[in-house]
Amino acid sequence: MSLPLIVLLPLLGSLIPLLSSNRQRNLNAWSTALLPAIALGIVIAHAPGVIAGEVYHSSMSWVPQLGLDLAFRLDGLSLLFLLLILGIGLLIILYSRYYLSPEDSMPRFYAYLMLFMTSMIGIVMADNLLLLWVFWELTSLSSFLLIGYWYRQSEARRGARMALAVTGMGGLAMLAGFLLIGHIVGTFDLQTVLDSRELIQADPRYLPALLLVLLGAFTKSAQFPFHFWLPHAMAAPTPVSAFLHSATMVKAGVFLLARLHPALAGSQLWLYIVTLTGLVTMIYAAYFALLKYDLKGVLAFSTVSHLGLITMLFGLDSKLAVVAGLFHIINHAMFKAALFMSSGIIDHETGTRDIRKLSGLRHSMPMTAALSGLAAASMAGVPLLNGFISKEMMLTETLESSLLGGLAWLIPVLATLGSILSVAYSLRLIRNVFFGPEAKELPKAPHEAPFPMRLPMLLLVGLCVVIGLIPAVIVSGVLDAAAQATILAPRPELHLSIWHGFNLPLLMSAIALAGGVGIYAVRRNLFSFQRQFPQRNALMIFEHSVRRLLHWTQVAIDRLENGSLQRYMLWLIVAVLFLTGSGLLDLDQLQGSRQPQPLDGLLLAGAGITILAGLGTAVLHRRRLVSLMMLSVVGLMVSLAFARFSAPDLALTQLAVEVVTVILLMLALFFLPQRTPKESTGARVVRDVLLAAGFGGVVASLNYALLTRPLDSISGFFLDNSVSGGGGHNVVNVILVDFRGFDTLGEITVLCIAAIGIYKLLNRLRLFMPSSDSEGRPWSKDLHPMLLATVSQTLLPLALLVSVFIFLRGHNEPGGGFIAGLVTAVALILLYIARGVDWAQQRLSFQYQPIAVTGVAIATLTGLGSWLFGHNFLTSAFGHFSIPFIGEIELATAMLFDLGVYLTVVGATLMILANLGKLTTRHRPSKENEKETV
Amino acid sequence: MEALYATVTGFLAASGLYLALRGRTFPVVVGLTLLSYAVNLFLFSTGGLTTNGAAVIREGVTHYADPLPQALVLTAIVIGFAMTAFSVILAMRVRGDQGSDQVNDQRGEEPKEEKS
Repeated sequence: MSLPLIVLLPLLGSLIPLLSSNRQRNLNAWSTALLPAIALGIVIAHAPGVIAGEVYHSSMSWVPQLGLDLAFRLDGLSLLFLLLILGIGLLIILYSRYYLSPEDSMPRFYAYLMLFMTSMIGIVMADNLLLLWVFWELTSLSSFLLIGYWYRQSEARRGARMALAVTGMGGLAMLAGFLLIGHIVGTFDLQTVLDSRELIQADPRYLPALLLVLLGAFTKSAQFPFHFWLPHAMAAPTPVSAFLHSATMVKAGVFLLARLHPALAGSQLWLYIVTLTGLVTMIYAAYFALLKYDLKGVLAFSTVSHLGLITMLFGLDSKLAVVAGLFHIINHAMFKAALFMSSGIIDHETGTRDIRKLSGLRHSMPMTAALSGLAAASMAGVPLLNGFISKEMMLTETLESSLLGGLAWLIPVLATLGSILSVAYSLRLIRNVFFGPEAKELPKAPHEAPFPMRLPMLLLVGLCVVIGLIPAVIVSGVLDAAAQATILAPRPELHLSIWHGFNLPLLMSAIALAGGVGIYAVRRNLFSFQRQFPQRNALMIFEHSVRRLLHWTQVAIDRLENGSLQRYMLWLIVAVLFLTGSGLLDLDQLQGSRQPQPLDGLLLAGAGITILAGLGTAVLHRRRLVSLMMLSVVGLMVSLAFARFSAPDLALTQLAVEVVTVILLMLALFFLPQRTPKESTGARVVRDVLLAAGFGGVVASLNYALLTRPLDSISGFFLDNSVSGGGGHNVVNVILVDFRGFDTLGEITVLCIAAIGIYKLLNRLRLFMPSSDSEGRPWSKDLHPMLLATVSQTLLPLALLVSVFIFLRGHNEPGGGFIAGLVTAVALILLYIARGVDWAQQRLSFQYQPIAVTGVAIATLTGLGSWLFGHNFLTSAFGHFSIPFIGEIELATAMLFDLGVYLTVVGATLMILANLGKLTTRHRPSKENEKETV
Repeated sequence: MEALYATVTGFLAASGLYLALRGRTFPVVVGLTLLSYAVNLFLFSTGGLTTNGAAVIREGVTHYADPLPQALVLTAIVIGFAMTAFSVILAMRVRGDQGSDQVNDQRGEEPKEEKS
């Protein structure tokens, strides 16, 4: 099927203009037009089938978990819109070629335009509600780019921002509505949704779903009270306005009303909301269109007004009204695109769009004048033009409506009023600009635009006339098909013709024309009437409210995030206390059913020392060195605790890490103040003590509750499978390097990243180096004590041997890569301490960064290696080998992985400590030299 | 014994938290280290407190310590070291660049001037 191509071709087309330079303007325009032209060809090729009543589908799965499919459909409604989008889009490409000045980047413009065209096509062809929404938001985004095309102008930036904010927010509301509909129906498939009208409307969620979807449609189609963004979007280049506000962007809203008409329409709710919103918008905007001085401003408000008209027609509970609405979509697209192009030509050739300055242009640009006159006449609903026919249908339908009961007569009266205003502003547009004396003081001497720029107008106005004269021949097929898709029934009997005999609608049309001329004649009174109201600029109000919102957000942020770590900690702890505490409150009793184990004296003593050391760390924290020593006592006691409770691996690891940590903190303390000044107020101390006590209490209670409850562990699996599946007797090590090897890989990666981060943090760090300790005693002159140096050097081979031993036996006895790595690191660090960084570096002339990175690489490659044998990532293999003199040993690929762990631990630890240590010696030799010279 | 163990964990957690709430970097780092000891003890105890359990698989032995929390805590210890190292070096860097070892953003001390 070629349906996805219709979307894909314009999408590819957005890349094509970027390939040629801004100077090749013709090439740029023609190459851009190529792909959408092919897409239009595909659409036309499908047209006969669609008109014959067929609906084409094409579907690919995209995110099945969300119910989101790349599903496209081509039915009558899609066909109508596709013809408009692609047809007018091609004309716009031609027109823009002449409109854009050499300073404007043409490739960028065309790329945005094609992107926008793609998203519009996506909306009208989507066969899945979520997909429709995706394209819907894409139109918001790409129209933002188009409206803000002249991004150096603040008007353009602000207009674009406002359009994005309003339509984007509407889009999100619409998504919520779609999700509700999806929940009601059980799928996002469009066809199913359209067929489930009774199901949807009977559901209590129908009301919110309808309101949310309508919010999306009304914001997009600029319905009152969300109309305010559209006039400000006029800051866009005129071709953009011609495209967005005639055939596309704003029509997406009314398209949605038509698309979901079978599923959502027909209820009283729909009738009232949609009809009345449309009616109010139509009159309100028509009135303001009459008052604007900017050509594009008039057109903008008239667009809003006509969209109101279409919305109203979709609201009315009559099938013919829907047909009339669809017909008016076609007609409005044509005359409005032509009028926007006309305003662009006028702006281009005279340098202004101000109606007060323009006058008598028919002398200098006769063809533009004639075409604009015809288009405006169509907009006003003058007979023999297409606008007349759809307006006549609209008036007929308002007469039929039973809305508002006894006050039903209000609807046709108000519709006539809207038509009167429409005639008045159309007349004003043409008469003031093209008639009267020739304007003298224009920025540029006006003359006719180049013919290719007028050609799109000519074609559009030509269509307006032809449709006006022989509507049945031209549009009947497409309109029938579209109507069928919208009301899911064959179109009711309707004779599209220009003459229905003398009847009430004709009288109303006559009243509209006469009344419009009358209003135009007394327009000055209207202007002075309007002047007594204060001017309200929607943009200013919008910007002001956005600023207020930002201000309050900032205030809220400042309250919460004031840069105080202590406050963040406080909030965190309070949250933890609240959540955990409330969980504990739900327990019947703290103690569980498990029998407690007996105590002994050794345990009591150990616990006592740990608690005292822990408290000491906290209480003596202002004397930092003492506090640190207390901390190391805690660490050692924790290590003993691990040993006591049958975890030798943990005990070894804890011991090694403890050594490294204390060395690290000692080194750091050398550069930091030795004492903490007394800063905390008494109240603060009390608060923190209470918090800490509460926290400790909760942790202890939780731990106790856990320990006294029956244990249901999954560890049996590991115990059973360690030897048979992992080839190792040390289950902890097998878990680390085999069962949960992927976790370990993540952890050594984190370790390596932390070490590299530290390496960067230490880079070019300059710190004050105290020459004495906090008591004022100078540091010992004996930098590298002889005894330590000798012992450490002697110990080094032994320590390395031990680490190899621990590493090799790790799979079957306590040990392994982590512990071996730490032992190696400690041995080397001892050498650094004993002999100094310079001495050690001369002899250990390798960098530690590559070692750590190699470690991670080895571990990863080991994991990848199992892919070669067709196994999952990190599947291990093992076998028994016999080595002379050593005997039979077991070699597993897990050992290779463990080697990676080992190297990472060694590399990372030394990267941290050796680099930190280097800081201490960087200046020291020079200082000593100074002393010697003094 | 369980009660004693839980008490130790609680005291370590409380001491660590108190230090973590201080206003200078070094006590905060020490506090976080202490807190990580408490957390490791807590995690370790989720497998139950086993006395004289075998650490490695032997024929005929049925009394084993739960290996899973041990494996988790083993990596937690190493990662905890990396975290301690990173935060203390960060503290040094802050002192080097800003000349202060206070944890709070100094701008937060006074209320910000309203600017319009």
